[in-house]
Order: sequence, then C-alpha cells, then structure tokens
Amino acid sequence: MAVKTVKNAAGRSVPLEINGEPVIPFMGVGKYWPEGARYSPPVPTCQDFPADGNKLAGSLEEALKKCGLKSGMTISTHHHMRDGDLISNRIFEIASRMGVKDLVWFPSASFPCNDPVIRYLDDGTINRIEGSMNGPLGRYVSEGKMKGTAVLRSHGGRVQAIQDGEVKIDIAVLAAPSADSFGNARGTGGISSCGVLGYAKADSMVASKVIVVTDNLVDLPCFPMEIEGNYVDNVVVVDKIGIPEKIVSGTTEITKSPDRLLIAELTASFLEKSGILKDGVRMQAGAGGTSLAIAVFVHQMLKQKGWKSSFGFGGSTKYMVKMLEEGQMGYILDAQAFDLDAVRSVEANPNHVPYSVFNAYNYHSKGNLTSMMDIMILGATEIDLNFNGNVVTHSDGYLLHGIGGWQNCLHARNVILPVPLFRDRIPVIVDEVTTLCGPGELIDVIITERGIAINPLRRDLIKSIKGSGLPLRTIKELKEEAEKICGKPRKAEFEEKIVAAVKWVDGTVIDVVRKIKTR
Amino acid sequence: MNRVKAVAGNAGPKVRSDCEMTLELKRKGGISIDLTSKVKALYGESILKQCNEVLKFFGIRNADLTVNDSGALPFVISARLEAAVRKLLDTDQEYIPEMLSVNKYSTARDRFRFSRLYLPGNGPGLMLNAGLHSADGIILDLEDSVAPDRKDEARILVRNALCQVDFRGAERMVRINQGETGLSDLRAVIPWNVNLVLIPKCDSPENVIIADKEISAIRKKMKIRNPVYLMPIIESASGVENSSAIARASENIVAMAIGLEDLTADMGVMRSREGKESFYSRGRLVIAAKAAGVQPIDSVFSDVADLEGLRLNVLDSRAMGFEGMGCIHPRQIAVINAGFAPGEAELEKSMKIVMAFEEAGRTGQGVVALGTKMIDQPVVVRARKMIDLAIKLGRISTEWREKIK
Repeated sequence: MAVKTVKNAAGRSVPLEINGEPVIPFMGVGKYWPEGARYSPPVPTCQDFPADGNKLAGSLEEALKKCGLKSGMTISTHHHMRDGDLISNRIFEIASRMGVKDLVWFPSASFPCNDPVIRYLDDGTINRIEGSMNGPLGRYVSEGKMKGTAVLRSHGGRVQAIQDGEVKIDIAVLAAPSADSFGNARGTGGISSCGVLGYAKADSMVASKVIVVTDNLVDLPCFPMEIEGNYVDNVVVVDKIGIPEKIVSGTTEITKSPDRLLIAELTASFLEKSGILKDGVRMQAGAGGTSLAIAVFVHQMLKQKGWKSSFGFGGSTKYMVKMLEEGQMGYILDAQAFDLDAVRSVEANPNHVPYSVFNAYNYHSKGNLTSMMDIMILGATEIDLNFNGNVVTHSDGYLLHGIGGWQNCLHARNVILPVPLFRDRIPVIVDEVTTLCGPGELIDVIITERGIAINPLRRDLIKSIKGSGLPLRTIKELKEEAEKICGKPRKAEFEEKIVAAVKWVDGTVIDVVRKIKTR
Repeated sequence: MNRVKAVAGNAGPKVRSDCEMTLELKRKGGISIDLTSKVKALYGESILKQCNEVLKFFGIRNADLTVNDSGALPFVISARLEAAVRKLLDTDQEYIPEMLSVNKYSTARDRFRFSRLYLPGNGPGLMLNAGLHSADGIILDLEDSVAPDRKDEARILVRNALCQVDFRGAERMVRINQGETGLSDLRAVIPWNVNLVLIPKCDSPENVIIADKEISAIRKKMKIRNPVYLMPIIESASGVENSSAIARASENIVAMAIGLEDLTADMGVMRSREGKESFYSRGRLVIAAKAAGVQPIDSVFSDVADLEGLRLNVLDSRAMGFEGMGCIHPRQIAVINAGFAPGEAELEKSMKIVMAFEEAGRTGQGVVALGTKMIDQPVVVRARKMIDLAIKLGRISTEWREKIK
C-alpha cells in the first residue's frame, strides 16, 4: 500500500501521516511556529498518596499494575544507565507476561544491552520504538520487521514532543542511582552512580504516571534531588538498576589513531587561526576519541595564552574536568557524565552543574543554550556537497545511530565536523546524504585529514584563515579526492515502505528512512 | 602445476582495509566468486568486476574464488588476487594498476631526510594516509616487518602501492631484503619510481655494489630517467668497521643509516636509553658519512609512547652530527622534524637568501649575492626547502615575505 507523500522544504519525500497521526513536513530552519498550549498530564491530588510519603511498591510489576499498564500505552525510559541498563528490558518482559500489546517504547536512547526487546517487538508487546536505534535493533527496523514506524528525534526534539503533546507519556519508568521513598531522586550515590539525570527530568514532569526505580534507597530527603518526588507515583527498590562498569566508561581515552590525531590537530589549529578560540569561549566537545583529542589540544592552547573558557557544555569527560580543575574552564553544565572522573567531579565540584536538556535546547524553551555556544564539535556518518549531514544511517542504508543532541547543537555559532574523508573505503563526503538529519546551512566547517572545507555561506571564516597555511579545499574537491581513492560507491537501494521518520528539532518531518532492499 | 588452491592476504576481526583471497583452480565450470564484504552494498559489483578482470588477465577460465574483504581499496584487491594466482601459476606477467601521475616525481640528492616513516610492506591499512603526516620519506618495508612466507605477496602489494598511493611528495623509499630475495624485490619495485632504496645489514661495499648493479640494469632496460638513490644501513660490527668504504661504494648513495637493534645484538650488549654502548659506532658512522659527503641517519627510537624521550634523543642525535632518524609511528614525525629542523638564525638566513634570489630575478641580474657572498643555485634550493619545512612545521606563515620586509 502506497503512502501519500509530499516534498518538504528540503526536497525530501515525506508522508503526511505517521502511525496514524498527522505530521507536518519540514518547512525550513526556523519557519515553523506551533500554536496552542503546552501539554499537561491529568491533574492529581495529594490525598491519593500516603500521608507518610511512603510510595514504595513491592516490585516493578506491582508498580506497573498500580499505574494501570495496558495495551497501547506509551512507556518512557532514560538512557543514563547507558549500556548497563537493567530496567528497560524488564518492563517489556513483565508486560509480555501480562499479555499487554502494542506498547510504544519512548527511550531517550537505546543501547546494545536493549537488543533483547526485539523479542517483545516480535511477540507484539511493543508496536514501535520512538527513539534511537543502533546495532541489531537498527538492523531489525531497517529490514522492515517492526510493526509500527520508528520516530527518531533529537534529545531536544524529544523534550519538544512531550511539551507540545506530540507524545503523551503514560508511564515513565526512571531508574535512579539514589532515591527516597517519596520519589525524590538524583544521579549520584550508591553502586550505580551515573552523575546526572538530565534526560529524565522532563519525563518526570509530564508523564501521567511516574515510577522511580532505585538500588539505593536513602532517607528522606534525597538531596540534592534532580527528580522531585511530587511528580512521582511509585518507588521500587531492586538489587541493581545497572551494571556499573557499563554505565560509565572507567575512563575515556583520546584516540591513538595517527590519522584521527591529525584531524584533531588540524581542528585545534583551525580554531586558533580562525580566531574562534578566544578568552571566555563557550564550547562543547563530545566523548569520541577525536573530540577528546581536540579538547586536549584546546586545553593546551588556552593554558599557553592564559585564557579561560567561561563554560563548557557536557557530556563531560575527564578531559573537560581537567580544564575545570586546572582553571581553564569556569563551569561545566552537564547533561550526562561519560566517565568516572566526570561522575566524581559532578559529585564534588559545585562548578560542575547537572543541567537538564529540558532547559538546554528544546524548541519550546525561551531561548536556546546551543545558539550561545562558540565552538561545537560534532560527527556525522555522511556529509553532502550542500553540507547536509546524516547521523542516523550508514551509506549502506541501515539505521545505525541515534540523533542524540546533534540536531540541537547545529544551532551553535561555529559548527565544526572533524571527520575522516573515508572509513574503510566508504567515503564520508557524498553527492547527497542517504538520510537528511541536519540542513547544510547550519553546518559550517568540515575538517578531514586531507583538507578543510568551509561552507561558502561563512565568508567570514574563509577570510579569517587566509594565509594561515591551513589546507583549505572546496567540499567538491574533498568528495572527488575520496572517490578517486575509494572508487565511486553505489547508492543503497530501498523499497517503498517507510520504517522510520526523522524529526527536525521543531517536530516537523525532515526525512524518512525506508526499508532496505535485500538482494 | 602441482597446487590447485592458494590463499593470499589477510582477514579477521581486527583486519581493516585488506582482504583475503582463496583461489582454487578448476578444470571446468567457469569462474565462481563468493564475496563477503562490509562494503558489499556500495562496492560489491565493483569488486566482482575487478576480480574477473584479474583472473581473465592471467588466463584463468575455471576457478572458485572466495573473497573475504574488510574494505580493501582496488590496488589491494588486485595485489592479493595476483599473489594468490602467482602461487598457482608459473608466470612472468604482472597485473599493474594505473601509475598515478602525481607519483612520478623525482627527488634530489641534497633534500632533507629528517624523518622517514617505516610502513610494513604487507599492511595496506597504514599506507593510505602515510603521506599526510609530513615525513620526509616513506619506507615501504619488505624486510623485517614482513614474515618470510609473506615476502612474495608483500612485494606485489608494495609495487601496487607505489603506483596507486599518493605519498604527497615524501621521498618514495623501499627497504629490500638481503641476498637473492632483495634482487627480486628490486625487479618488482624499481620500475615504479622508487626514489631511494634502503639496503639492510651492509657489512661490506659488496652489499651495495650488487644492489646498485641490479638497479642500473633495470633502469637501463626500462629506460628509467629518475635517479634511484641508495641508503645502506649499518647493522653489524663489521659494517661499522667498513662504514667508510660502504659510504663510498656507489655514487648513488645519498645517506647512510645505522640500525641499533641488530648492531647491539651483534655486539652482544643491551640497548640502553642513553646509548653509551653505541656511542662509538654512531660517532664513527657520522664521520664516515660526512667524509664521503652523504647524510648520516640515526636509528629508530622504539618507545612510541615516550615522545619526550624521543625529543631528547633527537637533540642528542643532531648534536652528534646526524641529519635524520627513522620513525616507526607517525606521532614521532613531528618531534623528529622539529628536532632536526633549522634554528631561528638559519631560518632567517634562508628567508634572506630566497628574497635576494627573487629580487635578482625581478631586476634581471644574472648573479645573486647576499651581502658580499655569492649565492649558488643549490643554496637557494636548500633555503627554499628550509622555508617550506618551517611553514609545514607551523613556524612561519605562507605570507612570510610580508613579515621580513
């Protein structure tokens, strides 16, 4: 059956309806103004809750039943337990046993440890996932095996969707490293500390029902709380909410690859010579090996010049913590801690502040933190001649990554993508991205080991590095060089069926992913 | 023909940019290719087409071929398949990929040879981006980094890399094996614009002379015009004793290197960080090289993680008179280049020389002088290289002329 599609402002064919609900095609960056009021969950009353504040339920199953779990509901979880998450899969195991069908799983991200939910997609317990998918889950969806259509949103887009009511969470199940019996909870303490619970806060405020699951029940009040008990219905105590060594990396390490180091060095040099790096600079660098190396080089440069970054925006790592502790960074605003040093720092350092994505970069906020950032270092699986970026599929057409905060971060002043020109023969710079996730007008600089391409829209940046000796190339030249080395790749082939929709930060549909054609 | 089945190349979970070819000749049934590749969706057809072409080139009409690919580039795929074919057929034919026009550059006797990066001759993954790290030379090594039973396939891979990988102006070097194997190496690689051949374990001038003769014969036969320079490596006590004669064994020698791992083994001593045990040998080699007018080149520093140790080692080395050093990891290149690079005063002088030369060109003067000194052409060449290097090292900008006025 053919779905009616239209061309959106980016020229991509998208449907007007997804999972039976009408959707708005992408209209261009900053072209969509929503109407109406913010969504609110049903109003509760305090007399429905125990006077002594004790909301403990005997088990997760009991709590889910108390919250009225039934077919068709939307269940949200957060991903702060990362690849050590022991709770999400259990929800669906319980639901499957109860005979509940057609749930929508709405995680802030999924990890390889969540692959077992494929069983509950197969048996009909889950209708679809609206969140990131990678590995076997991505493959499952790409091959058209999921009943409903996946919806991929950025972290900010996820908050936008729950604020404007595009997604109505029936039950939020929030794992918390520490909690009290009233439901106040935080990301630190206990055996499963993850540092911060930045992605869980918004869910706690708008879900109809909220279950906090902890392995570290503390006396009231659990302070300083990130999740407030007055939003919480039930508290469940379990042996373990996560596998500690998989919640955070013991340590994040900079890349050892000489080619990636070269890209990092070029990036640092670009930041310096273009004048983007300055005293008071606001920056974000991710947790990938190349980004970490860039952070190290930037730290050295700040030190040499006697400059200080006014704040850094996390995901935080030990390299950012080092900048904070050695005085080259004023504050870390943190939505997630990637390694043990970052967790230790957020527990001990008042200038390392848990900061919810709720405030950071959601479309319905009164201002956007990312548009205030000077330096934004991001990655991509593909970039095309118009500087458009793809982060969700690989060139072979399979869904392999979530969007994360990537789309939101594109609003920074200088968006820089350090990427290799090709990965194992697969060119990163292509004629046209397989899946459009970010419009090229927001992507400023591509830095590869074989040269730097600056978006022609940024004449100021092009001018700023004139005579610097940096290897400036056009994006077309870079693409041609990649194809000269690797050969021109065939495009992935797809069937008609849409398996996933990719949302832009404002909730409009920027592109879709179609079922892979298996030959 | 005894064998009907052969394997060449590499596969496995850690292998990247390489492939493994398992070829079995058949009496009938045509060509059947079984391809496993993570880039199959994008390059599957191209890989199959390429394999068919290679088999056809060698006249193979009936065979089962299993390709286990981990993102190998075309020059690697054809090298691996040719290696498998050659194990089964007795043939002189070579399936040569296109020689890139950018790879036809020549090199000069007096160019800087601060850093030269060793690449294992049978590891394609490290070759692709080797030219990006600003080493003065890239050594495709057929000797110690290649297992004895892989020498033949490495030779084919290195030949293809010489044709297809752009080393971006780095001097194109090959380290050959000793003896007969080394002569086979030369016959395979010299036709493909090798700028310099490293001759390992030179104990006497004979080692150099044999290689030099072979190279001359190949150059004559193939009408090769670019020079092929030589760098003997001294790796034994007798080599040190004969270093003066070795350095003068051929006019094609431009540099002479010392290899301390083998030398200390030959001496029966441990190699230490401060290098007291090799002090005499290194000193002797420097004098022998300088007296013969060739560049003395120091041994590699084997602790890749210890960049500070390397920096001190380079300073020491330069102070002794060495003019370059081998690298076993790209991270070492910048440290070595910086250590051997000219000092401030030298750099300033070079800039003045180039400016004077350009001024003379503008005013049509035949003779260039700086102060009271006449400047010869090679001096200008060397000064330009010094400036290029300083730009590469980020010491001065490309607009340096503005600043010196």
